Amino acid sequence: MSATATVKTLNIDGIEVPINGERNLLELIRKADIDLPTFCYHSDLSVYGACRLCIVDIAGRGIQGACSTPPEPGLKVRTQTEEIREIRKISVELLLANHERECTTCVKSSACQLQDVARKLGIQKVRFKPVHEPAEVDRSSLSLTRDPNKCVLCGDCVRFCSEIQGIGAIDFAYRGHDAAVLPAFGKDLGEGECINCGQCAAVCPTGALTPRQEIDEVWKALGDPTKTVVAQIAPAVRIAIGELFGMPPGESTRGQMVAALKRLGFKHVYDTAFSADLTVIEEANEFLGRKTKGGKLPLFTSCCPGWVKFAEQYFPELLPNLSTCKSPQQMLGSLVKELLPAELGVEKKNLVMVSIMPCTAKKFEAKRPEFAQDGVAEVDHVLTTQELARMIEEAGLRFTKLLPESFDMPMGFKTGAGVIFGNSGGVSEAVLRYASEKVTGKKLLNPDIHAVRGEDGLRIVEVPVGDITLKLGIVHGLKNARTLAEKARRGKCDLDIIEVMACPGGCIGGAGQPVSRDPDIRKLRTRGLYEVDKNMELHKSQENHFVTECYQRHLGEIGGKNAHRLLHTHYHNRRRIAGETIELGEGGDAEKLKVNVCTGTNCFVKGSQNILHDLLHEVEVEKLQDKVAISASFCFEKCDHGPTVSVDGNKIQWCTAHAAKAEILQKIKEKNL
Amino acid sequence: MRAQSKPDCNGRKFVKVFTILEKHGRKPSRLVPILQAVQEEYRYLPKEVLTYVATALDISPARVYGVATFYSHFAIEPKGKHIVRLCDGTACHVKDSIPILDAIRKRLKLEGKKVTTDDMLFTVETVACLGACGLAPVVVVNDQVHGAMTPTSGVKLVEEIIAREQA
Repeated sequence: MSATATVKTLNIDGIEVPINGERNLLELIRKADIDLPTFCYHSDLSVYGACRLCIVDIAGRGIQGACSTPPEPGLKVRTQTEEIREIRKISVELLLANHERECTTCVKSSACQLQDVARKLGIQKVRFKPVHEPAEVDRSSLSLTRDPNKCVLCGDCVRFCSEIQGIGAIDFAYRGHDAAVLPAFGKDLGEGECINCGQCAAVCPTGALTPRQEIDEVWKALGDPTKTVVAQIAPAVRIAIGELFGMPPGESTRGQMVAALKRLGFKHVYDTAFSADLTVIEEANEFLGRKTKGGKLPLFTSCCPGWVKFAEQYFPELLPNLSTCKSPQQMLGSLVKELLPAELGVEKKNLVMVSIMPCTAKKFEAKRPEFAQDGVAEVDHVLTTQELARMIEEAGLRFTKLLPESFDMPMGFKTGAGVIFGNSGGVSEAVLRYASEKVTGKKLLNPDIHAVRGEDGLRIVEVPVGDITLKLGIVHGLKNARTLAEKARRGKCDLDIIEVMACPGGCIGGAGQPVSRDPDIRKLRTRGLYEVDKNMELHKSQENHFVTECYQRHLGEIGGKNAHRLLHTHYHNRRRIAGETIELGEGGDAEKLKVNVCTGTNCFVKGSQNILHDLLHEVEVEKLQDKVAISASFCFEKCDHGPTVSVDGNKIQWCTAHAAKAEILQKIKEKNL
Repeated sequence: MRAQSKPDCNGRKFVKVFTILEKHGRKPSRLVPILQAVQEEYRYLPKEVLTYVATALDISPARVYGVATFYSHFAIEPKGKHIVRLCDGTACHVKDSIPILDAIRKRLKLEGKKVTTDDMLFTVETVACLGACGLAPVVVVNDQVHGAMTPTSGVKLVEEIIAREQA
């Protein structure tokens, strides 16, 4: 034994490899620069061990899955044998047999792991016949397309949704030959609890889940001579799109992006970071107002549309805690539709706003009815980073060779504060850079606030601002958001601000970004955005003189009437699942008094099942079966005032069995039943 | 008795769901026995009741649906008043169980994936083995076992029930 006997090793393909806290053999093998193929392994998720591609031959143990074997000193592992190659090939061939192999027309083509693995394993013929009936493609979601014919049942999507987002909008259903990944009750994705973050699509190895494509609509608008098409680009796009053109992750390509968009036919190209600066000012003042006047705290950020839908579904009583600020995407859309028609001399209906986002949920956000005035949407189309890259390729533009161009003024001007919005912790840092100067009245010399930066999904930090210390919660991943929201709901949360981003690492890890299996990619993109900030001359939103001018010329007072009309919004309770009512008792006779008890999640938690129980009992005792029809329903979307009972269409909020009974007896009397 | 209406849940039975949930301490780990008890009550698992169970146990409706569809014992569509189970285990299969199934399904006008008659009177299913191989081929009608069946005697069983229902 050598002097370094303390380092434990195992043998991989004849080479001794040190064990250094790796969780499983697969991690260790990959560290040794051998890339075993996998579908179902994802370092952020639990080990599933279903795809059987990472199998290895361990001396004395036979063939085992590397992902589900802990590294042990002394193991002799072989990653390549005739037998292993044959097993891998058969596994992939069987998957291919039932896979819709229309690769040339698949959105995932060239980023598909199944395609990649089949090529690497040298599969040139599929010996097995397909046995699956083609299933219908689910296009119900505004953000995602679900094609069951391309699913390999690896379960990555299912585990991401439940383990990282804490939702479980999709899960395995049926078994064996019929097994499928489905939303609850086989309904469409657009109907259920899905919050559109799209991380299922980001981890999907094939084209079974993909961002909904809006490229055709955008080409159509660009080709229409009556339309004036303008664009906005979110911060996180600029440091990721280059990956699709062979550039290193994290490298900023904003100049090339602007040039590309101009060549595609966009009249003006604006920066979402400009409206992020606006968001900082509105939101920081909203926060300081609440803090000094005793308003609702903690203040939850509202930039992430995935989180907003999540809060609407599961935390209706916290909606007053959400910042009323629109997201930067919607703020810019709102300003563009308000100001540009006059400036450019075009009709509002002929002005088309396209935003380029790292995010699939932004597609849903843009279609929210609150974000349209007189039938004109603030943002007409949302393209993901991936989609923009595809358009650039389609137009034949050599992205890396384009001469950089500048954003259009005034809404293309931003400070570093607006740019770092794309990183988890970025919104907090930008708000702190503003709040600090506003509270202390002194110049903040070093704008970098390293305390709020980091990779952990749940960070609690304290930052001194003048005489006070602000306590912030910074989360990414909605399961982490749930942890803090539960505390806030119970009144056990002493935080001032909670920044929530649904995607890992923030927007830089959004599902619209280039697909990557590189575990370091998020780090590189995060660093890239901080570098963009570093290289700018201004770092604080309050230094953005175009923002100042915008207040002077158009918005008036910060947080004032006009600012509210254009830059703020409201939220509403949202049911998590579409469901029919359950008729209880002899059924719905038209003559009977209709009583409907909400048994949705929120009312359930507040005891609606007891009300239902008592009412059914009362009806029997009072012999009212001929007069009253009781049913249970799922969610009246009045969750913050629950439990809710509807008697003859009249909704009683904060209802009790006693109150419901009184109303029923009253109505029976009134209606002379 | 009138054929089963959909969904078949009256107030008393719904109250039973509360009792079932309480009996199992509202533990997510008790999901399977809870679903078994619910199916005992309703004879199938109505979607709305599943949503209610998911809410009460604080697990996602998609997962409850996954469990309910995984086990062939659970039915998510309403079943007929009379359940005809035909054994297609190895012993019954080699003794020609399939022609019996075909004859019964033809008599009840069940085609393709349809297992329940339109009048909700019959559901016809196959099971993998009833453990009564000595009596093969076996047909079970509403928990009553009939051995050494033929296509003719199988159809006769069904016709007897129809006659009784019409009487």
